[in-house]
Parts: sequence; C-alpha cells; structure tokens
Amino acid sequence: MKFLAARRRNPLVALGLLLFALVAVGGGYAAIANIQPAQASASSQTQVEEGKRLYLAGCSSCHGMAAQGTGNGPTLLGVGAAAVDFQVSTGRMPLAAPGAQAVSKTPTYNETQIAALAAYVASLAPGPAIPTAEDTSFGNADVAQGGVLFRTNCAQCHQAAGQGGALTQGKWAPNLMQATPKQMIEAMLTGPQSMPVFSDGTLPLKDKQAIISYINNLQNASSPGGLDLGRLGPVTEGLFLWTAVFAALIAAAVWIGIKAR
Amino acid sequence: MTDLTPHGSEPAKLGYSPVADVPHVLRVSDTDPAAAKRAERQIASMFLLSMILVVVFIVAFCTIDKDTNVYIPVFGEVGFLTIVLGLTSGLSILLIGTGAIQWAKKLMPDVEVVQMRHEMTSPDDATAEAAANYERGKDESGFARYTIIRRTLIGAMALFPIPVIFLLRDLWSSPVSGTLTPDEILSHTIWKKGERIVVDATYLPVRPQDLPIGGLVSAVPESLKEVQEAEGNLNARGKAAIILVRMDPKDIVAQQGDGWDYQGIVAYSKICTHVGCPIALYEQRTHHLLCPCHQSTFDLANAGAVVFGPAARNMPQLPIGVDSEGYLIAMDDFNQPIGPSFWERG
Repeated sequence: MKFLAARRRNPLVALGLLLFALVAVGGGYAAIANIQPAQASASSQTQVEEGKRLYLAGCSSCHGMAAQGTGNGPTLLGVGAAAVDFQVSTGRMPLAAPGAQAVSKTPTYNETQIAALAAYVASLAPGPAIPTAEDTSFGNADVAQGGVLFRTNCAQCHQAAGQGGALTQGKWAPNLMQATPKQMIEAMLTGPQSMPVFSDGTLPLKDKQAIISYINNLQNASSPGGLDLGRLGPVTEGLFLWTAVFAALIAAAVWIGIKAR
Repeated sequence: MTDLTPHGSEPAKLGYSPVADVPHVLRVSDTDPAAAKRAERQIASMFLLSMILVVVFIVAFCTIDKDTNVYIPVFGEVGFLTIVLGLTSGLSILLIGTGAIQWAKKLMPDVEVVQMRHEMTSPDDATAEAAANYERGKDESGFARYTIIRRTLIGAMALFPIPVIFLLRDLWSSPVSGTLTPDEILSHTIWKKGERIVVDATYLPVRPQDLPIGGLVSAVPESLKEVQEAEGNLNARGKAAIILVRMDPKDIVAQQGDGWDYQGIVAYSKICTHVGCPIALYEQRTHHLLCPCHQSTFDLANAGAVVFGPAARNMPQLPIGVDSEGYLIAMDDFNQPIGPSFWERG
C-alpha cells in the first residue's frame, strides 16, 4: 500500500481529517435527530355511529366495550375529543406495542375516521373539545411572552428550544419541532401520558397561543450564528469538542511527529 | 557543540547520526533538488492562500448581509456570513501553521544533534561561602541566643492570620444588630398565612376549579412582584417558587402535615433539596417529580419522599387552603428550609 502511505503523508490529510470529523459528528447527529408525524379535523349523529363502529373494532379490546377502561388501558370517559384527536392523529394510538410510552408514528386512521372516533368518545362524557381554527391561530400572539411562558412551564421537560428530553424509566418528552398548533393545544388541555394538564383556568388560551407562536418561531428559525448542533446547548458543543476537535488535534499531533520522506 | 549544517550544502554531512543506533534516512528533499523546490513552492502557496483567505474574510465582512442564510445539506439553514467568516479565518491560521510545520519537516536541517550540558551543581567554593554566610548571620542576629525574642516572634507570626477568620465570618453574617442571620435568611421564604398563590410569569390567582386532576402550575406568592422589585434581585423568587399539582385525593399516600392539601391539590417547593435546581418535571401518572440536574426523584403522592437520586431530604411541602373569594392561598410558610442543606441545619 505504498500509494496509500504516500497519500497519508500529504499535508492536506490533516485538513481532510478535520473536515471529515466535523461532517461525521454533525451529520451523524442530524441524521438521527429528525423523526415525527401528521394531523386531522369536526361532528354529527352518523359520525358518532361511525365512530362507535371504529371504536368497537379498534379500541375496545384495551379501553373496554363502554370505554370504561380495562387492565390494559385507561377509561376514555371524560377525556374529550381533544385527547382522541391528539392520540390518534399523532399515531400514538392505537398502540403498536407495550412500552415505557406510546410512540408517535404514521396515523392508522384517516381524518374522517379520527373525527368520527373523537365524536363518539365525546358523546360518552363531556371533555375538552378539539380546538377550532380560531383557537389555533396565533398571528397576534406575543412571541416573547410565549418564550417566557414556555421556559416557565414547558422547558423543564421539552427543553428550552423544544428539542425534547428524557424523563424517568425510559419515558421521554417529545421533540416539538414537527408539532402542529392543534396538537400542542390538545396536549396542553388533555395532558397525554406523563404530561401534566395545563388548563385554560391557569394558562388561558391567549397564553397557549403565545407558547405556540414561540414554538412556531423555533420551528421556522434559521441558525444565524452558524451550525446549531441540534440546539441542545453545551452538551452537543462539549461532545463535539471532545470527539471531533480532539480527534483532529490528535491527528495533527501525529502528523507533526511523522518524519518527512 | 551545535551543528547546524545549512540545507543543500555539504551533502556528506547529511545522514550523519551522532547516535550510532539510530539509522538516519535521508528525505527526498535532501537528495533531490527538484523535490526541495516543490516543497518550497508548496509551503509558499500555503502562506499565499492564507493571505488570500484574509482578503476574502474582509471582503465577506463588508459585502455579505448578516441576515443572509444559506442552506447546507444535513445542517439546514445557517447564517452565510458566519460560515464564511469562520471558514476563512480558521483556514488562514491553519494554513500558516501547516506551512510552518511543513517547512520545518521538509526543508530545515534534518540532522540529529547532541548538546553537552555543564555540571548542574554549584562549585564547591560557592557552596562553602553560602554556608559560612548563613552561620555568620545566625551568630550576628542572635536568633539562637535571644530565646525570648525568638519565641515571641514565633507567637506573633502564628497569631497574625487569626483576624482573617473574623473577616471571613463577616461575609455571611452582618455585624449590625437586628439583621437576619444566614440561618434565618435560609430558613424563611415570603410565604405566609393568607398569601395568594399565583401563576408564575402571569401572576394569575388560581382557583381550585381551574386545576383539573393531572394539572400542574408553576406558582409564586402574589407579593413576589413587589418584593422582587424592592430587593432588585431574584433571592425571594429563588426560595418561594412552588409547583401546584392536583391528583385524585385517593392517590395521596402521605403528606408532611395533616390536611395540607386542598381537595387533592398539593403544593411543593420547586427547589431541589440536593443542590437547588428548579424542578417541574412532573409526571402526572406516577406523581414523580424528577430533577434534571442529578436525577433526584421525589414522590409527590407520598410526602415528597426521595425515591431515587442523590437528594437527602423530602421536598418541602407548603400547606394550602382557599380564601373567602375562593382563591388558593398558603396557610403558612414552609416549616423547614427549602433547597439544599447547609451547615447550620446539621
């Protein structure tokens, strides 16, 4: 491999190694950091009937024939249309497999079916309704106030830039970069899984819209300061330094130590 | 003893190794003048490229709008100016460095050299003179003879640092009478009986019916706003922050005091008892509160007991009730210091 050996001694190799390390670490991270789902919509009597049919076929084995709950699933009485829409439109329900928490995936039901399921569950007992288009419009909301509210109420689990984070026992708070305004309001109102409920009494709709506008701002933000490294703060920056930069420094030191041919 | 044969002259000298066991291999640039010329051009071009990059840096700084974004695959939208400035300045200094090293490796003399060292010890007569000086100083000062002076001097030197300890004490306790001791400052918050519980950031008062089961509120005392403005710091907030959670009253196993909840609404300090991080990672199904700093986990259904992690004390609970207008209020201050342990607490 004399040919390769000769190439290794090339001064450009150190530069190449540095670039390779940069791309490998950054690219590797970005490749695993991008994953999440879709959305749905409204109600009437035939809709409730259709919803009941779908419910009995797809949900009753865990949640019970009358949605009263079983050992395998909680009761759906009083969860409201908002909870059904959130869980089903994000693909968390129906559950693919038991685990620490339901994973979001491609929704099993289409928009009409989700609306029917939601209408049926809402007809059983009153609960939070699916937010209207007016509820989810955040055009006039105060982004800065949304940031303050997000950091006070949400950032502890979802991270200050909405990147998500770990909870206990394998559970986690999801990344919010693909979340739609409707899903965010539904999640705050219904408290899916480990998430607490942020009711309109303590966090009025206006404040919820401010939070959504902050997340929307993050979702569409570019990185004026250069590569954002996943916006995880000092952790990725430190990891980058200890892996890519140190590897490059070691490579440079080795190159300096090799005697020229 | 240094032998620095200029490169290119006297090839017989090249390849000479004063250390017999080390075989000396000649470089291509030692034997082939064409290769040496190539290396020279290569190094010079690195320095030249470095200069060009500096010019590019200046041009970029003056011409690229700071709001311009560029799409880089994998990394997404990033500021174009930042990227260009970073690459040009980084590469220009890197090229100076690699050029210098390449110069040393390829063109500078490549011969092993032995440098002899002189003796490290002082000459005997200098050592003897220093010893004599010391003995003479001892005699002339009378340090050995005046016992009382020697002992009082040692005593004075030993006592002199003691005032420093008193100065240090002043850092944590004001000598002015009537002011609070650190122990008292750490043991009390601005919560008091009848103090309304309001939502952090919006200062909305909370009614029990506003908080459904599974609900969470990061809350502060209503008077925090004025106290914080008057004090001009966040000390009061750092101690008074609480979280309110509502659970099914049947789920509550134990509390720190009888009837300290209000219909299943419990209030706990937001400040971790380990090192004082604010915590609100509340899992509504397990009633566990997880601290993101060191994973201390508290069970809010069971008197804030530590179920995991390095925290040593339960999360302090705040007794709550409602006032005549139906808003949640504190029934008292915390009955123990909030946050991390400190010396006086034992």
